[in-house]
Amino acid sequence: MRRAYYKNNWIAALLVAPQLIIVFTFFYFPTAQALYWAFTLEQPWGGGNTWVGFDNFKAILGDSLYWASIWVSIVYAIGSTTLAVGMALTLAIFADRQLSGYKVYKIGMIWPYAIAAPAVGLAFRFIFSPGAGIMMFVNQMFPEIWNPVENGNQAMAMVIIAGAWKQVAYNFIFFLAGLQSIPRSLIEAGAMDGARVLRRMRDIQLPLLAPTFFFVLVINITDSFTDSFGIVDTMTAGGPSRATNLMVYKIFNDGFQGLDYSGAAAQSIILMLLVIALTFVQFRYIERKVHYT
Amino acid sequence: MANISIKQVRKSYANSEVVHGVNLEVSTGEFIVILGPSGCGKSTLLRMIAGLESVTAGTILIDDKPVNDLEPHERGCAMVFQNYALYPHMTVAENIGYALKVAGLPKMERATKVSSVAASVGLTEFLDRRPGQLSGGQRQRVAMARAIIREPKVFLFDEPLSNLDAKLRVQMRQEIRRIHNRIRATSIFVTHDQQEGMTLADRLVVMNKGVIEQIGAPEDVYHHPASIYVAGFIGSPAMNFLSGQISATPAAAMLANGERITLPAHVAAAHDGKLAQIGIRPEALSIVPAGSGSFDAVFDFAEELGNARLYHFRFEDLTVSVLSADKPKVKAGVPMGIKVAMDAVHLFDAETGKRLLARGIVLEPVPA
Repeated sequence: MRRAYYKNNWIAALLVAPQLIIVFTFFYFPTAQALYWAFTLEQPWGGGNTWVGFDNFKAILGDSLYWASIWVSIVYAIGSTTLAVGMALTLAIFADRQLSGYKVYKIGMIWPYAIAAPAVGLAFRFIFSPGAGIMMFVNQMFPEIWNPVENGNQAMAMVIIAGAWKQVAYNFIFFLAGLQSIPRSLIEAGAMDGARVLRRMRDIQLPLLAPTFFFVLVINITDSFTDSFGIVDTMTAGGPSRATNLMVYKIFNDGFQGLDYSGAAAQSIILMLLVIALTFVQFRYIERKVHYT
Repeated sequence: MANISIKQVRKSYANSEVVHGVNLEVSTGEFIVILGPSGCGKSTLLRMIAGLESVTAGTILIDDKPVNDLEPHERGCAMVFQNYALYPHMTVAENIGYALKVAGLPKMERATKVSSVAASVGLTEFLDRRPGQLSGGQRQRVAMARAIIREPKVFLFDEPLSNLDAKLRVQMRQEIRRIHNRIRATSIFVTHDQQEGMTLADRLVVMNKGVIEQIGAPEDVYHHPASIYVAGFIGSPAMNFLSGQISATPAAAMLANGERITLPAHVAAAHDGKLAQIGIRPEALSIVPAGSGSFDAVFDFAEELGNARLYHFRFEDLTVSVLSADKPKVKAGVPMGIKVAMDAVHLFDAETGKRLLARGIVLEPVPA
């Protein structure tokens, strides 16, 4: 087969340029900037950066608050991913059974993904507000039972639910597509072999959904580490007592509010390395168990 | 082992009915082939027996018990699917043994059964492979083994050979028949390939547009097709059809150009004046010098078949095919006489398409 190519290289360069400019402006340039800041220290009143080597990293890794933030982020990642994947899978399985009205339901399920994270956060802040709506009713029945403003675990649960709710829509699309690409005849063969609905799901549908499951897992974990800022900022601002101070939120907090650019830059490098490492681990160890057909 | 009885079974989707009141009795151990073009309702009928489609109206009985409301696995049927429907993430052994695993058979017992069934279809060396690593014929065998291991009362085949190449298809066809002769389970086999139907069936069921056109032994269906549809569908090369009007005096079918094919007097008398389709198989025709046959036709072209040659003639606006093992030399565009063999004419009502009479018409060449 012949490849199509441009005789004039400058046309090709021109066509590639917009994409390259965007990638450079919004990824490589900030990353380089962060690296520069991470290894330097800016003088308090400006006037140039001093090279400090790994001092910034040493300071961060020696800070118990940072380790607390990592722990909180891991809890959030596991919690929101489990919830988002579990919910999406359950919903997709129901949608795939093609019960009446599933088409409307399918479209309705996809919409939440189009809502911006801060809007989701705001909406859930109202829903979980201890002094209004349904939670106020609960608090009246059982006084002092719900107060995420004081209770860190409740605040975390609230953030996880909001984050997962937004992610469910995205996962749902992939799970439904994955389920629908399993040939009907396989399910029918399972039925002929005597397997009932749940057994077929366990033995046939879920194993064949493994590639989709793996993809969704990688995306969700990455997302929960890097994309949770909007929800945390609107719902808890990292509180109470840093109970929801996720790594991304701490970067913003230390950098733009504490004005510690160097420390924040070093944190963002660590976060980036962590996400890369997690993705690597997933591909290395989990993907082995995935059977692509 | 079971008999199957299908009574006035109908199937509709939304507003359109695709199976219109089918009746069929299958006796124990019989091999039935349902033959028909795509969209004739044959697969739907099979899937209703399997329990994969609901029955809109009518009753299906297996072993004299109505099964309309039973789950597929409660009916004691095993099915071989067109695309085999093997579980891609399981090994051959797991595929074959899945039904037993679901049934809760202990592992040891399962392994013994799997290896004996696998051996019977020649899969012993492939037990650890996955379906993706097998050839089409081997996958077909796995699908068969998966059905056999359940020792079902009824075997259902949904066009299982249509994904194989021609040579393998013939080989697997023979293997299926051999397996049937060994285990003698009641079998229903759906296909659109008339050769498959003819070779496999104890009894052939020809379906068209959601109704059964004819049920009978393959030879019977071939020699006494009940309708124009069956006559045209069964047999290769396909039957020739000419239209004509039956007249009592002289006792003959008058063709459009005034030539005639002589019919026995009692047959002609019974259908005097009727418009008919006259069906004659290519092998029942022979080529003779112009004017000495039943009618004359212009030679168009021939197809070489090796042991014989298929000649195509133009007659009025129709094509008439003649199968000849003698392979006479004929020039294109030259009219030749076509002689109709005695005892080989099928008459069908031009309006209803139904067969007008049983065999036994004596044909004589029209005197020149």
